[in-house]
Amino acid sequence: MSEKEVKSLEEIFEARIARDEKIEPKEWMPEKYRKTHIRQISQHAHSEVVGMLPEGNWITRAPSLRRKVALLAKIQDEGGHGLYLYSAAETLGISRDELIEQLHSGEAKYSSIFNYPAVTWADMGTVGWLVDGAAIMNQVALMGTSYGPYARAMVRICKEESFHQRQGYEILLTLCNGTPEQKEMAQDSINRWWWPSLMMFGPRDADSPNTEQSVKWKLKRKTNDELRQAFVDQTVPQANILGLTIPDSKLKWNEERKHYDFGDIDWNEFWQVVKGHGPCNKQRIDARVKAHKDGKWVRDAAMAFAEKQENKEVKLAI
Amino acid sequence: MNNNLIQYIYGIADNSLILGQRLGELCGHGPSIETDIALTNISLDLLGQTRSYFQYVAKLQGNGANEDTVAFLRLEREYKNVLLVEQPNTDFGYSITRQFLFDVFHLALLEELQKSKDEMLAAIAKKSIKEVLYHTRFSSDWIKRLGDGTEESHNRIQTAINDLWIFTDELFHQTDADKAMIAEGIGVDVTLLKINYYKKVSSILEEATLQTPSIEYFQKGGKQGVHSEHMGFILTELQYMQRTYPNMTW
Amino acid sequence: MKNWPLWEVFIRSKNGLEHRHCGSLHASDATMALENARDVYTRRMEGVSIWVVPSAQITATNPENNGETFEPAMDKAYRHPTFYELPDELKHM
Repeated sequence: MSEKEVKSLEEIFEARIARDEKIEPKEWMPEKYRKTHIRQISQHAHSEVVGMLPEGNWITRAPSLRRKVALLAKIQDEGGHGLYLYSAAETLGISRDELIEQLHSGEAKYSSIFNYPAVTWADMGTVGWLVDGAAIMNQVALMGTSYGPYARAMVRICKEESFHQRQGYEILLTLCNGTPEQKEMAQDSINRWWWPSLMMFGPRDADSPNTEQSVKWKLKRKTNDELRQAFVDQTVPQANILGLTIPDSKLKWNEERKHYDFGDIDWNEFWQVVKGHGPCNKQRIDARVKAHKDGKWVRDAAMAFAEKQENKEVKLAI
Repeated sequence: MNNNLIQYIYGIADNSLILGQRLGELCGHGPSIETDIALTNISLDLLGQTRSYFQYVAKLQGNGANEDTVAFLRLEREYKNVLLVEQPNTDFGYSITRQFLFDVFHLALLEELQKSKDEMLAAIAKKSIKEVLYHTRFSSDWIKRLGDGTEESHNRIQTAINDLWIFTDELFHQTDADKAMIAEGIGVDVTLLKINYYKKVSSILEEATLQTPSIEYFQKGGKQGVHSEHMGFILTELQYMQRTYPNMTW
Repeated sequence: MKNWPLWEVFIRSKNGLEHRHCGSLHASDATMALENARDVYTRRMEGVSIWVVPSAQITATNPENNGETFEPAMDKAYRHPTFYELPDELKHM
């Protein structure tokens, strides 16, 4: 294909997206579109799967049977969401194994929030409320993204996610209505998770070079800063119901803007964790690598078994 | 009579609780996401059954007992699960073998328990039986895949079977509570399940090209509350919150 | 050793409705694909029947040929009821 032909195909392609048409697998797409989508969808998938670890840490210690089954079901959903997303990425011509390899080698990223430790039961509440809450803001917007398989995975995920945040909030509500010790546990948890949750929306718009292209492809419906603001606006009243204090002395309603003003994020910490030096980066990847390595003989056995069965069937047919 | 019934229910429900807890450890660490999700489903089934049994126990106990006081606030000796279910997740082969050896028994037990004169137990058994039918199919399929898969998987699963075999005989031991409940038409006589159990297990092992162990020395104790060294650690995690922060609502 | 192949999953949500594609998954054989589909895609009572098909077995139209494949049907309005002009007195037909 000549450069000119590609250019005109690209124009047609962009116009289709602008008309809200969906792009489906195997259709022509610019190489950059394919690569960007593989990167974003797999990053999203990795986040779901790595995200199972901090919460998984508390399954055996959940304080009641009701909480234990809810937590298990929630983490299981995250595995499912990882699976839907890996499948969506696979429609772009990359295998799950390659994607997993990219995660394990550090080439692919996942949400930095999961590099923070979940050290108390209250963290199960906070992760559900703040972390899932922040994730949902992005995910709801992505239901309308331009790549069909990604959009469909998001629809399914959003439907299932709806109980996750409620699950987390209910945990905190119970703590806040409990003993002073329990309420303190909740407050301590918010103190640790608040700022990392705000960091989940990524760098400031001024420092986020990909935004314009991503907006065009509907990978981003709103900018990082817009989403972060919406999250703060939505979360503060919820914290008030709990009776918890958000650890930001600059947090204040701005009547003029009709938004909350809030303090500065520690961007040094943000970049440190993104670059692999958060409290649990190594631990999380090690756990994933170990599961994959330990599972190899199992996956191989299943494949060998399937091949033997197939050979038997062929022999019977002859 | 109530105490015998409660002890009898512990003998059934604690198996589901402890095995559910063991499977819970694996969530997020399975050999593939699909298998991870499947194992978690089994764990959720077992914990769901546990809740039904313990809600019933709590009702029998009265005095403000609830499913959580029953699940979390007993001493190690008061848990009556068999040794098999507390064995660790050494690798996927051990986890699947433990599951398989328990599932075949569990299914046979529930098939009888649904005929119990105790309506509540009969109802729980009836509901659980569908879940356990699926567990049995799932674990049997995996035994076949691993047994007749690669040389490595064959050896690994055979080792797991040999190691866990010594815990199978205890499944068919009768406790005093068992005897009392059988006399009432409530309990199941597990001794009658033994022959079919070994027949079924052996036939699946054979299909999986695996050897049925010819070990004749077995371990026992769980049903009397005398557990393996693993149990203390399981309870340490299970009871952590309830013991550290007593008398709170979660 | 090869990786588990990809399967497409189709679910009938209730009797009377057709099976619909709902997603994909990896499994080593058909039995496992069905089991995995049950565990992954029907956790919330989404189905009463499952089909699984190896993704490699699906033959699809090539989107590059969409013009000649699908557009010729566009100007055949006479296949649709609104093509026919009938008097207003005739309320239902």
